[in-house]
Amino acid sequence: MLYWHPFTAQAHGKLMQSLNTYRAGPDERGHFGIFGGRYVAETLMPLILDVERSYAAAKADPAFEAEFRQLLAQYVGRPNPLYHARRLTEAFGGAKIFLKREDLNHTGAHKINNCIGQILLARRMGKKRIIAETGAGQHGVATATVCALFGMDCVIYMGATDIERQQPNVYRMKLLGAEVRPVQSGAATLKDAMNDALRDWVTNVHDTYYLIGTVAGPHPYPAMVRDFQSVIGDEVRAQILAQEGRLPDSLVACIGGGSNAMGLFHPFLDETGVRIIGVEAAGHGLDKAHAASLSGGRPGVLHGNRTYLLQDNDGQIAEAHSISAGLDYPGIGPEHAWLHETGRVEYVSVTDTEAVEAFQRCTRLEGIIPALESSHAIAYAGKIAASLPADHLMVISLSGRGDKDVATIARALGDIHLGGLV
Amino acid sequence: MSRIETRFQDLKAEGRAALVTFITAGDPDIATCQSILDRLPAAGADLIELGMPFTDPMADGPSIQLAAQRALAAGASLAATLEMVAAFRKTDNSTPIVLMGYYNPIHTWGAERFAVDAARAGVDGLVIVDLPPEEADELVPHLRAVGLDFIVLTTPTTDDVRLPAVLANASGFVYYVSIAGVTGTASASESAIEEAVSRIRRHTSLPICVGFGIRTPAQAAGVARLAEGAVVGSAIVQAIADTIGTPATVTAPLALVEELAAGVRAARR
Repeated sequence: MLYWHPFTAQAHGKLMQSLNTYRAGPDERGHFGIFGGRYVAETLMPLILDVERSYAAAKADPAFEAEFRQLLAQYVGRPNPLYHARRLTEAFGGAKIFLKREDLNHTGAHKINNCIGQILLARRMGKKRIIAETGAGQHGVATATVCALFGMDCVIYMGATDIERQQPNVYRMKLLGAEVRPVQSGAATLKDAMNDALRDWVTNVHDTYYLIGTVAGPHPYPAMVRDFQSVIGDEVRAQILAQEGRLPDSLVACIGGGSNAMGLFHPFLDETGVRIIGVEAAGHGLDKAHAASLSGGRPGVLHGNRTYLLQDNDGQIAEAHSISAGLDYPGIGPEHAWLHETGRVEYVSVTDTEAVEAFQRCTRLEGIIPALESSHAIAYAGKIAASLPADHLMVISLSGRGDKDVATIARALGDIHLGGLV
Repeated sequence: MSRIETRFQDLKAEGRAALVTFITAGDPDIATCQSILDRLPAAGADLIELGMPFTDPMADGPSIQLAAQRALAAGASLAATLEMVAAFRKTDNSTPIVLMGYYNPIHTWGAERFAVDAARAGVDGLVIVDLPPEEADELVPHLRAVGLDFIVLTTPTTDDVRLPAVLANASGFVYYVSIAGVTGTASASESAIEEAVSRIRRHTSLPICVGFGIRTPAQAAGVARLAEGAVVGSAIVQAIADTIGTPATVTAPLALVEELAAGVRAARR
């Protein structure tokens, strides 16, 4: 029997680079270099293997692809615009800024792209019951939406803390017919919601499909979610060629688990002239409570994969903190961990305060209310744009809209500026 | 011969199954847990599973989740777990101890170094919930090198096609998880357990212990008639939880173990 071995996996990572591609991963065992894999309870293994086989068959089926593309066009509203943000460009005072408008998708974020793909797979596998975890509620809403569309039962696990700060999305999920189960364990955020979703799955393994919302979890999820989200980068490539006649000079996206970032980045990984930047949540600061797994963590095993994790010296998982519920997770997708170690993608971080400032700036200057998650990407773009020439084409992933965040922002501004007015 | 092998051989000669008891290391605090651990053999535990507390026990129900939280809040760690085993070994050199838990703390320690340190402390085997055969090779050779057993989990979803691959790594005994679910919730019927055990037996000659959902002496006795061991965890952990802050924190779980042991011993095979 073949077994994975760290040294052969590292050799494989080198092989992928020596073939001049960063896009060949994962290997047949689900590893990106030493990252990824399938670290799940035995009860789930047969089902994980079934998901892998079913996804491989679906990928090879033109009818599956056609239905996916049709739903993206007619239901999600793709392609969404690549918008030249003139006033942000002017305010930043350097690079020419483009916003990829995932906020204009049906349900208001990039999450729906992946949900369309996975619900088609779940239906193909004959599953009738869908479970999902959610942090900000965007993935929960997108999952509840596709379950309504396909007539499937839907249970969403959401941390009690996140339910508190994302009330509008909780109610949207309920309106869509989903059951929202509050999770009280740990810090009651995204990590804990994922634990309870896994507990549900192991209990209802015979009829339930786990619709994971990001490029994490056991193989094949990181690769599958990436594939479904790659529509973002594929569209950006076509749009910028049409609008500017050439590829972008840089890409910037926020990262919690990292699905909007991976969707934007992956089609450009082998374009070595494109600078690629992932922005993690630095929370109160990297020396305080934060959610920046690459900047402040080290490799470990959680939720089915080996990746960078926030953890203590005993291997206990640390609580993450971000003002943005969607980034409030102590891990990151394994392919990002690999791209970090290979150096192909730069990973940086932005604090809560910087993200809130960027949120206000984008709202006031462009009339676009960005998600707090996406505001991290805008904030970092604002830090570097001035040092770049006017002909530098920078694409920022505007991964979602910020309506869900208005209460959080009101509280933050109440603290910072308004002296308790709100 | 290993302690696990010796123990199952002796029990076979006695004509009975093993009572395997689970507690979480450091629950409710390290000193109290040591008192419970040290008295488990006298109360009738034939093998001991000692849970390595972890912040994110994805395969555990509420009882064992809370036990891990209590232990970690009381300062438990993987190092403290090994120290507890070493202390236990000062008075008991025959009762096998198997550590059960999740991979990340071991990954952090370093698999090779942990195997050496665990063996030195007097550990006999490991059960790692989130290390299926697809990933087990990063740990198993290090365990083999120091004579530790890798106890594999088989489940109702492990079919005949998959069983040989799962059992390829197995030594010590096979742990059959009798339900698809988390610890301390549902229970399987005796007929379902009987069918599963006979299916696993076609693929291995190792002893088979059955766990998940076994709470009462009658249930333990039922399993003891079908397999080489019955594993009880959540019920014992709950007996600790229900008596925290009283002297019964030590005596209540031990009293339950005595009842369970009586059930298992009455069920001659």
